[in-house]
Amino acid sequence: MARIRPTQVADDGFWDEDRPKGRHKAVRYAAPVAVAGIAAATIGLVPALASTGSPDLPKITAEELISKIAASDAEQLSGSVKITTDLGIPSLPGGVSLGDLAGGQQGKGDAAPESKLAELVSGSHTLRVAADGPERQRVSIIEKAAEYSVIHNGDEVWAYNSADNSVYHAKSPEKAAKGDHRREAPGDLSDLTPREAAKKALAAVDDTTQVKVDGTARVAGRDAYQLLIRPKQSDSTVGSIRIAVDAHNWVPLKFTLEPKSGGKAAIDVAFTEVDFGKPKASSFRFTPPKGAKVTEEGRAEHKAKAKGEEQGLRELSKLNVVGKGWDSVARLDLPGGLPASASGGGGPSEFLGGLGKKVKGDFGSGTVLSTRLVNALITDDGKVFVGAVDKSALIDAADAAK
Amino acid sequence: MSQAEVKRAAGAPARRPSPLWTLALFRSELGTTFRRWRTIALLGVLAAIPVLTGIAVKIETSDGGSFGEGRGGDGQGPAFFSQITNNGIFLVFASLAATLPVFLPMAIGVIAGDSIAGEAGSGTLRYLLVAPAGRTRLLLAKFTTVMAFCLVATGVVAAAGLATGALLFPLGDVTLISGTTVSFTDGLLRTLAVAGVVAYSLIGVATVGLFISTLTSSGIAAMAATVGLLITVQILDTIPQLHAIQPYLFPHYWLSFADVLRDPVYWDQLTKNFELQALYVAVFGSAAWARFTAKDITA
Repeated sequence: MARIRPTQVADDGFWDEDRPKGRHKAVRYAAPVAVAGIAAATIGLVPALASTGSPDLPKITAEELISKIAASDAEQLSGSVKITTDLGIPSLPGGVSLGDLAGGQQGKGDAAPESKLAELVSGSHTLRVAADGPERQRVSIIEKAAEYSVIHNGDEVWAYNSADNSVYHAKSPEKAAKGDHRREAPGDLSDLTPREAAKKALAAVDDTTQVKVDGTARVAGRDAYQLLIRPKQSDSTVGSIRIAVDAHNWVPLKFTLEPKSGGKAAIDVAFTEVDFGKPKASSFRFTPPKGAKVTEEGRAEHKAKAKGEEQGLRELSKLNVVGKGWDSVARLDLPGGLPASASGGGGPSEFLGGLGKKVKGDFGSGTVLSTRLVNALITDDGKVFVGAVDKSALIDAADAAK
Repeated sequence: MSQAEVKRAAGAPARRPSPLWTLALFRSELGTTFRRWRTIALLGVLAAIPVLTGIAVKIETSDGGSFGEGRGGDGQGPAFFSQITNNGIFLVFASLAATLPVFLPMAIGVIAGDSIAGEAGSGTLRYLLVAPAGRTRLLLAKFTTVMAFCLVATGVVAAAGLATGALLFPLGDVTLISGTTVSFTDGLLRTLAVAGVVAYSLIGVATVGLFISTLTSSGIAAMAATVGLLITVQILDTIPQLHAIQPYLFPHYWLSFADVLRDPVYWDQLTKNFELQALYVAVFGSAAWARFTAKDITA
């Protein structure tokens, strides 16, 4: 009688010669662990290594650097700009920020550039810019699966919002604007490049400012000098402004504004990628796609809006500026005292009190609204004092105006 | 010389696998997978999505209005929907954007989760391993099949989208999201690139599914775990407090396929997506290998 043997061949490595046993099993798991480890190390180290570069460049004085920036004639460039702003704008009850309100007053589904500007007031955004002389520029805001572009070509200005396929069209800013700077559609957005920001900061340089060259840096893979601007006056909320300037063609590549209170930069505008070659001509060409909602700038409603804005601006331009340099405080009188607010219950001053802090002085009493950079004092009798200065300077200004 | 090596040296002349052998294993895997009713049904569902989307948009805009106008006008439908009526090619992008978060990865989770665990569950894994192919090669064949499914599934959605778009809506020059207009041929090339990027975006979740599949011998458990993980990770990706870990979650850069439609192409997010998916393939692929080559096959 044949012996009955179990037919199951348990684990003799029959179909897999090199199957490991025991300890060897664990060794195999070293492979995924090693891969994950290498990846983690790369993620941790590469940015650290990349940011340590401070290239050796010949010494230069601040005056030379500023004059080189002014003389810089690089008119063709394309690249990506990253804007990070943290102005500390207080949120309204209900989670709406003041930035949202500024954007919200524009009609929805309208591709006019002004409404987009407000979005950039907070958070981090990526812009792509291209310029070919003063006649052709484009700026686009990169959004998730969409893009908002402003294209200026000759005497045409187009804005295209791919998210809802809407188009805004205006004729040349020179013709449409009539000296009103806010209406320069492409200017609105190209102000956001480090170059324009640097220009504005340098325009503010006077004897109340300390300017020096503060080492070198690498920005967007290019060697750059760092210019440090520091207000001398102690009341200013601006701690320092740092501008990185390309060491070869003197284009500002990075602009950082740090508030005196410390912490994260309030405004940080930097090229992450830049190319000084001529951009493709096709990037400045725009034809509205079929079926897009086109808003013409000349439409009646727009005119009315523009008129209202112009009027508002004219009123604003009448505002008095007291103090000088970084300590200037602007004063404006609200016609008819405090504006009626939209909040349901309390009066306007109560509403403001929820946002800011009540203060008292020789001028009477009022509310201080603070952000990380700009403070505003709204007195109960309807005067507003605004400036990039601290609270006590505002109260002093209000007292002086009494 | 170990016993195993002696055995292999002795056996080598007798049954040395031809270079095509791996391909044969892969071919048979591919055939088995794509002949299954389950796979065909999944692909059918995926193909139905662009068709239904197209018909819905056509019906809604049949009165001459544009999409999204009648809905109290926050004006922002899902990505690319507003352009479908003007150019049928946008139906491809719209349906890819609509299927990428859920339907596509779910289908891939089913196929990937089933790949090893399903064989183990039905008791066929040991027969597959009887063939002198070795576990590593079998795993590679399974992996390649799952990758092929990623490509086919994306291709089905894109092709159905293009066909429906061409039938229901006009075609023509394509306005990229940057506002520049390119010819239709260029648009088709970009569509192909978009489909490629979408297929590539899915290989991370596919490899995770394959790894989970090696952990269990129940196909259903592996599928459910993969799809559950997918949903969990997607939820984590939307919680703002977790922004520190979000760049390492596999769906984080999925929508970057839209960057192909910018002019010039915006590589920043795309590159990050490519790297992240490659990282997931490397980590979970090697983990699947470590697990599968070392595990006891009991069924």
